[in-house]
Amino acid sequence: MHLLNFNGGKIYEGKWKQFCNPGLNCYSCPAASFACPIGAMQAVSGSINFNFSFYVTGLLLAFGVALGRAVCGWLCPFGLIQELIHKLPSPKWKLKKGFLYAKYVILVVFVILLPVAATNYMGMGKPAFCQYICPAGTLQGGIPLLSARPELRQAIGSLFSLKMVILIGTMIGCIFIYRFFCRTLCPLGAIYGLMNRFSLYHLDVDENTCVRCGTCKKVCKMEVDPVKNPDSAECIRCGACAAACPRDAIYVGFSKKTACPLEQKEKIIRMPKR
Amino acid sequence: MDNKKKRLARIITILAACAFILFGTIRGEIGIVLNKAVNICLECIGLG
Repeated sequence: MHLLNFNGGKIYEGKWKQFCNPGLNCYSCPAASFACPIGAMQAVSGSINFNFSFYVTGLLLAFGVALGRAVCGWLCPFGLIQELIHKLPSPKWKLKKGFLYAKYVILVVFVILLPVAATNYMGMGKPAFCQYICPAGTLQGGIPLLSARPELRQAIGSLFSLKMVILIGTMIGCIFIYRFFCRTLCPLGAIYGLMNRFSLYHLDVDENTCVRCGTCKKVCKMEVDPVKNPDSAECIRCGACAAACPRDAIYVGFSKKTACPLEQKEKIIRMPKR
Repeated sequence: MDNKKKRLARIITILAACAFILFGTIRGEIGIVLNKAVNICLECIGLG
């Protein structure tokens, strides 16, 4: 919608930016039409008047209960970038389980605590996650704006170097490990992951049809076993398991129904024509 | 989590989300979000 802004190094300044988009998309990205929920949360909690953002938390609860981590799988622009990078030919590695918990630490320390606790003499906090970690901001906002606006380049310092190191490290990680950032560092993924347990967009396994062949576990790039843990906080509802299931025992969607058993499908196919 | 608990969790979360959005809007958080989002965030892009 605002792709032409990349050319002039401008950002969209309209009223839509009072709303947050569900995925991680820096509001300083020239093409951004909405605010980033993680940035907005820190902006409110770091302001003089407030220590907590009810508005952004409410939006995140609404997105989370509706979609869970399907937001990560289908709506996050930084997730898409990671998917594309992972397509580069290279050896692919599995992620050690311990790294999965890092995103919860980042959520609590950098997004919730530091903007409130580390304040200046006026009582204003800084968006610690955006400032010291977020590679999406560097990639979507920093690089395009610095490329188009030479006057901003004078402000480049050690902080930008740190953020570039994090961005390059994340990109290299994504080549070898599927969605490296989503799984290890993303605070938004941590929030939506917790709501995967009861989100309306869900994954169901029909226990009567499933033969436990393990195909779903093998095809899952997020290293989830949908049969054992359909509500896993790591499942991004991409639907690869449902597509690969030889018995059609896995259902991903909003509806209450479970997967359509193969026998039932065969009956439908065999119904005689009148 | 069984289906009853899931349904309850959904209802509570939806109600909480509505209440939070309403309360946040009333106390003026939207203005802060808009003000932050329409200006280039120097911290976010690594310059601040």
